Amino acid sequence: MRTLVSPSALRSPRGKVVYGVVFACTLAIFILAFMFPLYWAITGALKSPQELAATPATLVPHEWHPETFADAWSQLSLGKYFLNTLVVAGGAWLAQLAIDVPAAFALSKLRPKFGNVVLGLMLATLMLPATALLVPTYVTVTDLPLLHLNLINSPTAVWLPAAANAFNIYLLKRFFDQIPDELIEAARIDGAGPVRTLWRIILPISRPILAVVSILAVVTAWKDFIWPLLVFPDTEKQTLSVMLQRVAIDMPLNVLVAGMVLASLPMVALFLAFQRQILAGLTAGSIKG
Amino acid sequence: MSSPRSSSLLAWPATSSSRAGRPAVSQEDRRRTRLKRKIKENLTAYGLLCAALVVFALFSWYPIVRGVLLSFQQVDFVNAPTWVGFDNFAKLFEDPLFGVAWRNTLLFTGLALVFGFAVPFLTAVLLNEIRHAKAFFRLAVYLPVMLPPVVTALMWKWFYDPGPGLFNSALGAVGLPGGQWLDSSGTAMLSLVFVSTWANMGSTTLIYLAALGTIPGELYEAAELDGAGLWKRLRHVTFPQTRFVLLVLLLLQIVATMQVFTEPYVMTGGGPDDSTVTVLLLLYRYAFVYNDFGAASAMSLLLFVALGVFSAWYVRLTRKADQS
Repeated sequence: MRTLVSPSALRSPRGKVVYGVVFACTLAIFILAFMFPLYWAITGALKSPQELAATPATLVPHEWHPETFADAWSQLSLGKYFLNTLVVAGGAWLAQLAIDVPAAFALSKLRPKFGNVVLGLMLATLMLPATALLVPTYVTVTDLPLLHLNLINSPTAVWLPAAANAFNIYLLKRFFDQIPDELIEAARIDGAGPVRTLWRIILPISRPILAVVSILAVVTAWKDFIWPLLVFPDTEKQTLSVMLQRVAIDMPLNVLVAGMVLASLPMVALFLAFQRQILAGLTAGSIKG
Repeated sequence: MSSPRSSSLLAWPATSSSRAGRPAVSQEDRRRTRLKRKIKENLTAYGLLCAALVVFALFSWYPIVRGVLLSFQQVDFVNAPTWVGFDNFAKLFEDPLFGVAWRNTLLFTGLALVFGFAVPFLTAVLLNEIRHAKAFFRLAVYLPVMLPPVVTALMWKWFYDPGPGLFNSALGAVGLPGGQWLDSSGTAMLSLVFVSTWANMGSTTLIYLAALGTIPGELYEAAELDGAGLWKRLRHVTFPQTRFVLLVLLLLQIVATMQVFTEPYVMTGGGPDDSTVTVLLLLYRYAFVYNDFGAASAMSLLLFVALGVFSAWYVRLTRKADQS
């Protein structure tokens, strides 16, 4: 594909040299800027506390202490916090799918009366900066209107607000809009009701968009900090991020760094496994934030 | 939003084709069955919508109203809230930190735009020309985006440590004096911007890269035939062709960076000398340290007013793009 630099310029001897130099520099900068910090964190966790506190820092650990990771796991009770985070993120994911998919389907294919008003009211919430609702949503969560439930310290305090996601509904509706109505008509003639049509026809062909919404949901929930910080005052119920921030000052640095590395692993693994969907979600997500 | 649709599509249970061949029914009967069908269809639709309507009502629409009300109330959660008019706003304007927080936030946003805008764009232009190890570059630049922001913030706090931190060790190794980074009010904010740029540039870079990929190659060819050098091609082809994406991400970045919280909260706590107290950090203090939800809501309202324009503009732009 033709880009800024013409292919012929690249083929010339001078072009080849310039390209080589630029490529090498870019590679070096990328390794230094993006790989080295991760190397530094992982090897930092492997150093002894004395070595970690020494000035100047060492590039390669003099002594290796792989047991720090095991120490971090037990000292920080990482198992419990992993489970908490998993429950919070997994539930947020399921809630978003279970609530937003039928809603988007109804708005896209059943087109009820006032459907456009409902969609408009939902999309209008996209104009609110997320944090502008922080305080009133917190107040609401402490005492739900009519029900008078207090969701503080319950994972539902994350799950339910996560499902009120206009962007998901917008993405899904846009995808459903492209599914030809003939397909649904055919299902109807075969005697399938709307719910059955959604389950058996729409969902199987919507796998790409469901993957994008799922990944966005899990990554957002896993990375979130300020909302879990507010709704999980009970230290036993906190997510990894909130816990790490809470213990950061008191923990020996090597244990803390090992904990940070372990807490990041699931997201890095997820990225390596679902690169394609994540990058697709990124371009879809760019029209949001 | 949705295109006008034919009335036959409105009917869910039966279509004109399935009606064909049946014995003739009276006009009246047909109208009644159509009405019944419509009601049934609307009931199904709202049945599927009800969960979404409940969560939106509870966690979006109601809090919007509640937020506006709270801004004008005194709330202590013991006594019933009392109406205090603009007292909460007056209180904010009397707080010397209020102005500081806005100044700091604008500084953060400004600096984040300089770095967070130029660096990813130039990186994307560069990566678009590179023909080898493309997958590695994409992976590397996006990896920090996947790290939990708290981990990034804690990690960089340690890198910035004036003692055994990475930066001062590296500077010391080449014989340069170290900096105070987070511990000096002159550099603290800049250090936070640097972290935020590092952590978030992956997504913007890849979005720019995707936009660059859609530029027709003939445009560059034609420009080159007209004698346009590298810079002129960048200026007259690349820029105009990516203008829309640049604008969208500009708005998005303004909205996102004005709400910065995690970095100052985790890395500096607002210090030194309040040099990194941001609007959201102050809002957090009002609500969750001073327990003054009225003033905190007033602050949210001001933040919303400040950002609403950009958000509205952004939503309009993306919808327009979606329609075309």
